[in-house]
Amino acid sequence: MNHWIIAPVILPALLAPLIAFVMRHDIVLARAASSVGTLALLAISVGLTIMAANGGVHVYYLGNWPAPFGIVLVLDRLSALMVLLTALLAVIVLFHAIATGWDKRGNHFHALFQFQLMGICGAFLTGDAFNLFVFFEVLLIASYGLMVHAGGKVRLQAGLQYVVMNLVGSTLFLFALGTLYASTGTLNIADLIVKVQESNAGDDGLIRVAAMLLLIVFGVKAALVPLHFWLPATYANAPAPVAALFAIMTKVGAYAIIRIHGMAFGPENPATGSLISDWLFVLALVTTAVGAIGVFGARRLGSLLSYAVIGSMGTLLLAVSAFDPYAITTALYYLVHSTFAAAALFLLADLIIARRGNDWLGVQPATVQNGLFAALFFAGAIAMAGMPPLSGFLGKLMILDALRSPEVIGWAWTAILLGSLLTILGFAQAGSGLFWKSTASTPSDMGKAADAPGDQAKSDTDRLATTALAIAPSMIALCVLAALTVMAGPVTTYLEATSAQLHDSSNYVDAVLNGNSREEK
Amino acid sequence: MELLVASAVGALTAGGVYLMLRLRAFAVILGLALLSYAVNIFLFSTGRLAVAKPPVLDGYTVSDFGAYTDPLPQALVLTAIVISFGMTAVLVMFALGAYLEAGDDKIDMDGPDQPDRQIAATTPQGSESDGITFGFEPRERDA
Repeated sequence: MNHWIIAPVILPALLAPLIAFVMRHDIVLARAASSVGTLALLAISVGLTIMAANGGVHVYYLGNWPAPFGIVLVLDRLSALMVLLTALLAVIVLFHAIATGWDKRGNHFHALFQFQLMGICGAFLTGDAFNLFVFFEVLLIASYGLMVHAGGKVRLQAGLQYVVMNLVGSTLFLFALGTLYASTGTLNIADLIVKVQESNAGDDGLIRVAAMLLLIVFGVKAALVPLHFWLPATYANAPAPVAALFAIMTKVGAYAIIRIHGMAFGPENPATGSLISDWLFVLALVTTAVGAIGVFGARRLGSLLSYAVIGSMGTLLLAVSAFDPYAITTALYYLVHSTFAAAALFLLADLIIARRGNDWLGVQPATVQNGLFAALFFAGAIAMAGMPPLSGFLGKLMILDALRSPEVIGWAWTAILLGSLLTILGFAQAGSGLFWKSTASTPSDMGKAADAPGDQAKSDTDRLATTALAIAPSMIALCVLAALTVMAGPVTTYLEATSAQLHDSSNYVDAVLNGNSREEK
Repeated sequence: MELLVASAVGALTAGGVYLMLRLRAFAVILGLALLSYAVNIFLFSTGRLAVAKPPVLDGYTVSDFGAYTDPLPQALVLTAIVISFGMTAVLVMFALGAYLEAGDDKIDMDGPDQPDRQIAATTPQGSESDGITFGFEPRERDA
């Protein structure tokens, strides 16, 4: 038994109370501890990814109780990938929060941040459905705190809405788990895969109910229409680093659908058949459309990016809904891409909003470093919209390729291609208003600050100029996208192996229930 | 027994859903509490209903498992109770904070593209309250 598997949960779990109780009055110490902890998490997750890369399924039995009676953590290629993604995103977001001073605007940012990481890593690693619920609650309760970090009327109202929405989701999750336990007698995911295959026909109805309830629960997390309505208000009003970190939260929902529905309730399951993929396909289509229309119609930067996230989740879940290995490969590639694209855009938006003073997409006098921000926003926008040369294009191309079967091609291609067009138009509109037209309007056009003395204007320029440190994290996120494009070959090879491992669940089941971790040839 | 438990779950869920649709903080908190009671009772019944049977096995040489009740749902319910208790406390704090900041206990908000108070103050044509609201607008008598 390899104890490193639980390290991504234990490390933030120990660090967070330490930061909350010992370092609460010393922001420098808290920043140092949080940075070191997050970097250590990144190092550990790189190690875990290398460990999982050879194809073995590594199982960690908590308290050494044998599965399916005890709780297990399972490290396979998918969970290693997701933990690595989380850790890398966390490093970028944390340095942005420190460089822009967001972490000083309220209490306990770093402690909540670590708890959030603990919940996310735990949700990705666990091999037990009830434990998944518990880790969902951990990541949610930390996200409630982060969501209203720095306070304010609108943010608190949005936070209340977010909390209520997720509490309803949690209750539904419990109903789903109860139904699942009543019909199969187990909550261990590996055991579940076996039990739902051999369940007697009388329980089929209950299993279908449980599978649909779980789809609703994960749909709330993944912002699947019609369960997406919490997302724009939440993301647009959350502090920017938190919104960027939330880029992984929607992916938790997508991950849970891939893990639980893909492995236990896929098309080969006699009880559910194509039920899940039919529903998911239709809902994902609508999600793609709603996201694209939202981007096109947005009048604020925050809601523009929120709807872009919804649209990308729609595209991602369209690929997931096919539930075949190649489609899952493309979905995972797009998942990695859209996480970093959304994070980069939210971080950039933070810097742009700080410069402009508000987040309306109107024409205002150009701020300092207009060209630099225009270039960065352009890069982020083409990544998000799926234009060449960045990874969004490759991701969408692969998803289109995967959705080529005659039943789905018409709807799926129309939704993705039209959605991309509307997204491009929306971003072009926003970008030209924010940066291009702004260069034409001078402060005197707007009737204010016209008589400002030159000296003061100069000092304003210096004050507002972004330091290299503040802009580095969003640049790193864009660099990750560039790397994902350049390294598309090796990355896709790893992801192909990942989805092959997911598709052949016998290996997973054997490793968890019998303790045999065999490596693939 | 089955009828009692089933109707309790049903009544609690119905009440909870109704209260949540009121979209005022206090009603929603009560509604969520009712829903969490409903789910706790529901979880209890997933291990099959058994009256006056112990969940802890008496020694290792048990032959008749029918004399025992399933302990796992009880453990799940305990976890669910603890979590929902904590979450309700968090929710009350949020509702209180939002109420004190906004002077209003509405749950739903204006759409994200509506002008908020801060922006509205700087633009002459937008006043703070006449923005279009999406969704359910609570009537005055609910206050």
